[in-house]
Amino acid sequence: MYDLYLKLFTYLSLPKWLGIVSWPVIPFIGIAALMVLMVLFLVLLERKFLALLTIRKGPNRVGPYGLFQTVADAIKLLFKEDIIPTNTEKILFSIAPVVFFFPVMAVYGLIPFAHNWVAINASCGLILMLAISSVSILGLLSAGWASNNKYSILGAMRSVAQAISYELPLVLSALGIVVLSGTMNLNKIALGQENIFGWYIFPSFLGFIIFLICTLAELNRVPFDLPEAESELVSGYNTEYSGMKFALFFLAEYAALFVYSALIVTLFLGGYSSPFGGYIFGFLPYLKKIIFLEQAFWLMSKTFGIILLIMWTRATLPRLRADQLMSFSWKFLLPLSFLNLLFVALLKYFIG
Amino acid sequence: MIKEELKINIGPQHPSTHGVLRLVADLDGEYIKDIEAKIGYLHRGMEKLAESRNYHQYLPMVDRIDYLSGFFNSASFCYAVESLAGIEVPKRAEYLRLITMELNRIASHLLWLGTFLLDLGATSPLFYCLREREEIVKILENLTGQRMMYNYYCFGGVRKDMPDGWLSSVKNFCENFPSQIDDYEKLITENPIFLARTKGVGVISAEMALDYGITGANLRASGVRFDARKSMPYSVYKDFNFDTPTLQEGDCYARYQVRLLEMRESCKLIQKAISRIPGGASEKLKVKRTNCGCNKAECAFCGDETKIFFKKTNPLTLKIPPAEVTTFIESSRGLSTCYVRSNGTNMPDRVKWRTPSFSATQILPELCKGSLYADIMAVLGSLDIVLPEVDR
Repeated sequence: MYDLYLKLFTYLSLPKWLGIVSWPVIPFIGIAALMVLMVLFLVLLERKFLALLTIRKGPNRVGPYGLFQTVADAIKLLFKEDIIPTNTEKILFSIAPVVFFFPVMAVYGLIPFAHNWVAINASCGLILMLAISSVSILGLLSAGWASNNKYSILGAMRSVAQAISYELPLVLSALGIVVLSGTMNLNKIALGQENIFGWYIFPSFLGFIIFLICTLAELNRVPFDLPEAESELVSGYNTEYSGMKFALFFLAEYAALFVYSALIVTLFLGGYSSPFGGYIFGFLPYLKKIIFLEQAFWLMSKTFGIILLIMWTRATLPRLRADQLMSFSWKFLLPLSFLNLLFVALLKYFIG
Repeated sequence: MIKEELKINIGPQHPSTHGVLRLVADLDGEYIKDIEAKIGYLHRGMEKLAESRNYHQYLPMVDRIDYLSGFFNSASFCYAVESLAGIEVPKRAEYLRLITMELNRIASHLLWLGTFLLDLGATSPLFYCLREREEIVKILENLTGQRMMYNYYCFGGVRKDMPDGWLSSVKNFCENFPSQIDDYEKLITENPIFLARTKGVGVISAEMALDYGITGANLRASGVRFDARKSMPYSVYKDFNFDTPTLQEGDCYARYQVRLLEMRESCKLIQKAISRIPGGASEKLKVKRTNCGCNKAECAFCGDETKIFFKKTNPLTLKIPPAEVTTFIESSRGLSTCYVRSNGTNMPDRVKWRTPSFSATQILPELCKGSLYADIMAVLGSLDIVLPEVDR
């Protein structure tokens, strides 16, 4: 592939160094394109799925089955006037959406979409991912603080408290997987779960539940959507935002929904590996070269299963109160995640 | 560290103040130090307007006092004027009033249920509730020609008889409705998050409720068995045997349960009323009347009972001699009281409304003090206030 790419440059009589320099950038462009497409699709999926659950029709006017609804919305947001209210901290107000958006985008590079199809193949991928994604809280906090709006500051305060208290059980339950697999490289973790019986959800089922709950909290989704509780705080930290800045918050939230679901799949549900052990494409010699397509298919289908589960909870549950949220994390989830870690470690030690 | 209290202004335009209520809250973090309810953003001068209109002109306006349950307001005013002017209401009209009022109670409670859960953060029950409410609204639209501002009752009866097939559509609804309430209960009642948000939140003790003049489901949830339909029966309620659901806890969860039980009870009441309505369904009544060679006054089908008016009143000649009266109607929100004083002309001298939502708004600061910010929405939602009724 690399040679082919360089040949293209000589064929087009472009300097060779340009090809050498631009080669590593390609995965990132691919990931950025994937992210934007995924968000456009996810927003539509959520609206359609929620409509199904609440006996409505959902968007069905723009394009066939309303497929272009989110595109139309995105164009509308792009052309909207970018309002910065008076008495705001203007620089921080403008930077906040970017700070919120950037870590989510960076995290996309760490997800293995197929065997060795990962933009940044870091040996400590898991920890790196959790570390980078928690930076986005800074964006929320600065958005809430810079808006000079009381609803926003309340929402930002809630989101910081929530993120800090749910980060601990999240990391601890992810640590159980590290114990089981003996590596922090996400690609290797996925490789370690060859078929459905090798999935880490079975030895660390408790960890899976904790991780899922904490993911909901990290994503600010129902029942943990306190930072943007629309019936309490109007719209929370993004009350004052409009136009493209609001779109960035929106984009980042849905992008994070996908990336966290993909992380759950990679850690607990076998990642890109097939649940049946072998691959269908593996049996056919001429399809062996595009086996990554089947791996990507497995990852995507599992990820969308998790995403639909998260959307389903949104349609079912009411919102927790701030103090209940805190006590649930510190008094219930944290001890449980320690217990899970202990159980997994004992399992690894005695059974192997 | 500087500790500062945050003064936050909730409303008048806010997603969960159910209209234009303004709450000024002093927050310490998430905790509420003090809260003050400011009303009057929807004041239309309903009471003063009555003094420059004759009785018939004022009647359509009355529906707007509480737009979610308009029948109760018109019933209040109609019974007041009827008792002042000594107008009788035929049995069939009374039954129609009862059926429509109970349907309206269910519709109002359904919308309350949806918005209450929306305040707690659950979005989907709203759509299920609106689906059922839509059925009722369509039934009432068939009868009255309006979806919300019915203007159906008039002095001495109701405006028109029911259309053909209407009674069977109500019957149909009442048969399906209890199973739909069961569906809500499956979704909501045992939900641990819902329980955590509502149990022990916003507790109103019986003394407190009586002190503030809270009525309706809010009072019955606090353990006081008071229902104007039973204690001072109007219409034909005394012919019926129905239960008044009462719970002791007085918290948001009890109020939720009481309202759900009330919906079931109203449903049963409608079914009983349908089976007993004099003359029965209108399509059968019409057939029987055409072939009826009878002594008009005592006939079961052409007699006085099956009329919808005894005597139509004329707006210009309806001059009521000086007197005063107060009526008590158990509306979906509580005891709705209408005081009318006449002065011998065709206009009232004074009309005064005492509405249940007004008392329920008063109690809000005392319930919310010291609780968390999110509890405001739970308490406010559970009290079921409607702002046009507060401000009138």
